[in-house]
Amino acid sequence: MSLARIRNFSIIAHIDHGKSTLADRVIEITETLSGREMRDQVLDSMELERERGITIKAQAVRVAWKGFQLNLIDTPGHVDFTYEVSRALQACEGAVLLVDAAQGIQAQTIANAYLAIENNLEIVPVVNKIDLPQADPDAAAAELADLVGCDPGDVVRISAKSGSGVEAVLDAVVARVPPPGGDPAGPARALIFDSNYDQYRGVVAFVRAVDGVFSPGESLKTMATGTAFEAEELGFFSPEREPTRALSAGEVGYVITGLKDVSRLRVGDTITSETRPASEAVPGYKDVKPMVFAGLFPSDSDAYPELRDALARLKLNDASLTYEPETSQALGFGFRCGFLGLLHMDIVRERLEREFDLDLIVTAPNVAYQVTTKAGQEKEVHNPSEMPSDLLEVEEPYIRASVIVPKEYVGAVMELNQERRGDFHHMEYLSEDRVLIVYEIPLAEVVFDFYDQLKSRTRGYASFDYDLIGFRPGELVKLDIMLAGDPVDALSLVIHREKAYARGKALVERLRAEIPRQMFDVPVQATIGSRVIARETIKAKRKDVLAKCYGGDISRKRKLIEKQKEGKKRMRQLGSVEVPQEAFLAVLNLDGERKP
Amino acid sequence: MSDGVRHLYVHLPFCRHRCGYCDFVTVVGQDRHHAAYVDALLAELELERYRLLPRLETVFLGGGTPTLTRADELARLLAGLPPADEVTVEANPETVTSALAGLLRAAGVNRISLGAQSFQPELLAVLERRAQPEDVRRAFYHLRDAGFDNISLDLIYGIPGQRPDDIRRDLGEAVALGAEHLSCYELEAKPGTRFTRAHGDELARQADAMEGSFELVVDTLAAGYRWYETANFCRHPSGIDQRDLRARHNLAYWRGREYLGIGVGAVSTVAGRRWRNTPGLQRYLVALGAGEIPARDVELIDDATLAIERLMLGLRLDEPLDRRGLESAIDDEALERLSHLRLIVEDPAGHLTLTRRGRFLGGAVTTELMSEMPANTRVSTEVSTIG
Repeated sequence: MSLARIRNFSIIAHIDHGKSTLADRVIEITETLSGREMRDQVLDSMELERERGITIKAQAVRVAWKGFQLNLIDTPGHVDFTYEVSRALQACEGAVLLVDAAQGIQAQTIANAYLAIENNLEIVPVVNKIDLPQADPDAAAAELADLVGCDPGDVVRISAKSGSGVEAVLDAVVARVPPPGGDPAGPARALIFDSNYDQYRGVVAFVRAVDGVFSPGESLKTMATGTAFEAEELGFFSPEREPTRALSAGEVGYVITGLKDVSRLRVGDTITSETRPASEAVPGYKDVKPMVFAGLFPSDSDAYPELRDALARLKLNDASLTYEPETSQALGFGFRCGFLGLLHMDIVRERLEREFDLDLIVTAPNVAYQVTTKAGQEKEVHNPSEMPSDLLEVEEPYIRASVIVPKEYVGAVMELNQERRGDFHHMEYLSEDRVLIVYEIPLAEVVFDFYDQLKSRTRGYASFDYDLIGFRPGELVKLDIMLAGDPVDALSLVIHREKAYARGKALVERLRAEIPRQMFDVPVQATIGSRVIARETIKAKRKDVLAKCYGGDISRKRKLIEKQKEGKKRMRQLGSVEVPQEAFLAVLNLDGERKP
Repeated sequence: MSDGVRHLYVHLPFCRHRCGYCDFVTVVGQDRHHAAYVDALLAELELERYRLLPRLETVFLGGGTPTLTRADELARLLAGLPPADEVTVEANPETVTSALAGLLRAAGVNRISLGAQSFQPELLAVLERRAQPEDVRRAFYHLRDAGFDNISLDLIYGIPGQRPDDIRRDLGEAVALGAEHLSCYELEAKPGTRFTRAHGDELARQADAMEGSFELVVDTLAAGYRWYETANFCRHPSGIDQRDLRARHNLAYWRGREYLGIGVGAVSTVAGRRWRNTPGLQRYLVALGAGEIPARDVELIDDATLAIERLMLGLRLDEPLDRRGLESAIDDEALERLSHLRLIVEDPAGHLTLTRRGRFLGGAVTTELMSEMPANTRVSTEVSTIG
């Protein structure tokens, strides 16, 4: 198809503003799927995506509209996947920016709009849910027009649920979004904007052909990572895979590579021909590094091999997940896993528990630290227990946090950010009532109970988004918890010096309350280096005897102690101290919830 | 194991009232069966007599309330039992008359275990005991008058509402009476008993406060008594004959000896087997009426299990426990840890003794010290015979 008849676009929106519903309507109106084949959230194939109403993997579908080929790329909306979103947007020339008529602009709306603008996309502003009783389409349209710099009259008003106005959206895409550029005769180049793993066919790359033509059977390679493979099959999405004879400049589709390892085909990389390679890659490739880390351990240590296999299976589909074996004295064998962010971590954990039926213990998440030792050595630390003691400087990741709230909560949001070592950046009124507040704040502070606090202090009105803005030095110390003189590795953490005392105190108090008394006094200490900053003592038991034992009940008493012995096996042995699993979990959960 | 069993337990289940905290096999309101029951006991004894030495070391009549058994039947029973060095009868204070004391003495009984429990009326009421404090004293003097010079008192502490001073007062009363032996038990609120349902919450509330009660008991008795077993105390050897006043029958249990038990619910452990007679009075009477062994649950006690039991029981005593033969039951690393914590001491000859603190923590120490092993004992029911 000629480039002039192609339009590539995404739908971008804050969560629950109706992205998937609009995608469903587009597929219906264009008769891409019959009524019988249709279902809700048709592009979200994962159980978890449907349940949570989120998109985790990018999906694409080709539809026909009034003689045009429209390629709709459905992107994950969450900040954890910003890089993936930006690559998906790069594959497009336009974006439908969708806003809920009742809620107006939310934090992700702004973040997505900026991403689209950075990628030079033509934005088609759309207000959705205009038929809701509490909808205020005029106000939402005004905010949207203000955000993207257009006339409020250019904002399309629809109800994706009823289908009203959806045709106008497609017409606007055709009219306003430019056709793809690119050189159909040049050396073939395609941008990888996502990939998945097909257990029969190997890695399937989702691509946007930029220049030239790709043919089945062709020898191909990636330009950044240099992975070579053969195009076993080419095709487009309808939304199931549909093989074609060629994938040409401007088109969106897939390449079946036969590769067995998804990490060899990175999102953002460029595919080109082995025989007639392009000289330059599509710009923008980044090696995305995980920023949030946590230890994942099976509750039942026998399940370690299952956890290992499950992580390997997830990794097939998720190149951004990293993991390496970790041994904890307290928790046994497990893996230190790296995630793009908290949602990513939560999704991985939930999939492990749900799809692989694993019962996991997750340690408190921490961020990546860049460390310089006094000896001048530099390294990145992903686990507080590996933090060297001779620290010269520690740098931690910072984010730019954007919070949108009704104006009466500005004080509450600022207070929370101040408590969390945030630096005020700026604030602006989006409308008379709603305010955007931007802070620069350490990611570590967001990892710890931030969402919960934000929600409760703003009665759920706040919307929140963030961008990573790099590493900055901080007054950080390593806080260790000692039980009877031995450090408990799983409880070590890196924390700002000023907060260490309160946190250490809370941890030792919780441990004292949770750990049953032993046969000896157990000091519980929080230490920084060799300095003890908080201390409690679990007093020794004074009495533990079986009151009486005579001929008639020897068997019963023996079974009783055998049962106690059996129970001890389920204890976590921390040095000389036995801690029931539940007690240990209670202490790990001192960090509160981790869910975004 | 031996050439013959030296210890005999005889169970007499009859009670006037079942106390709320009791979980022994007891029978209330079956007075008409006393004669038949004694017949059955003597019949069972005949069936098992081949296991016993002609003269025993100890005989123990427990219950129930043995002294509630009709006097003539009790005398007939005692006359039918084999002779023994120590013959103990459990007695409830309210049942002890001058006549009964004389009867027991005449029948060769030389030791009485008197269920005093407490000297405080309100605490006795909580325990649903029928005796009053003066009944305990009266019973004690009747026994003394009849010539008993080895009397043990049972005391219970940890009764809902009991304060440390109450414990001191009870111990003081027992000591003042001059009992040769004291058994001091913490009240066990066993799950499912009427007592636990009624008092469980109060017991849980006072659990922390009562933690020091055991120490209080031990310290209070330290002056005049030997703390020879976790819950048992006896006067130090005294008099010309330097009598050892420990309960010889119970020592046999704690030393892992074989014993034969007869009567409803009675337990025996002989030659690698442990069996428990049916707890049903009718079944018991019918079987022995027909000259048959009653229904029994049988448990095989293999060497490893026996070693565990000997460890568990032996550590209750103040005498050193010989490690030899117990290798399979002991976790050597745990022994080292426990030694380090000064809870246990091993002498060069390989004898283990708990320290004072180790004895207060005896249950936990035993669990720790015990090596891990699969529970390999089996329980089966054999209807009429043991091989």
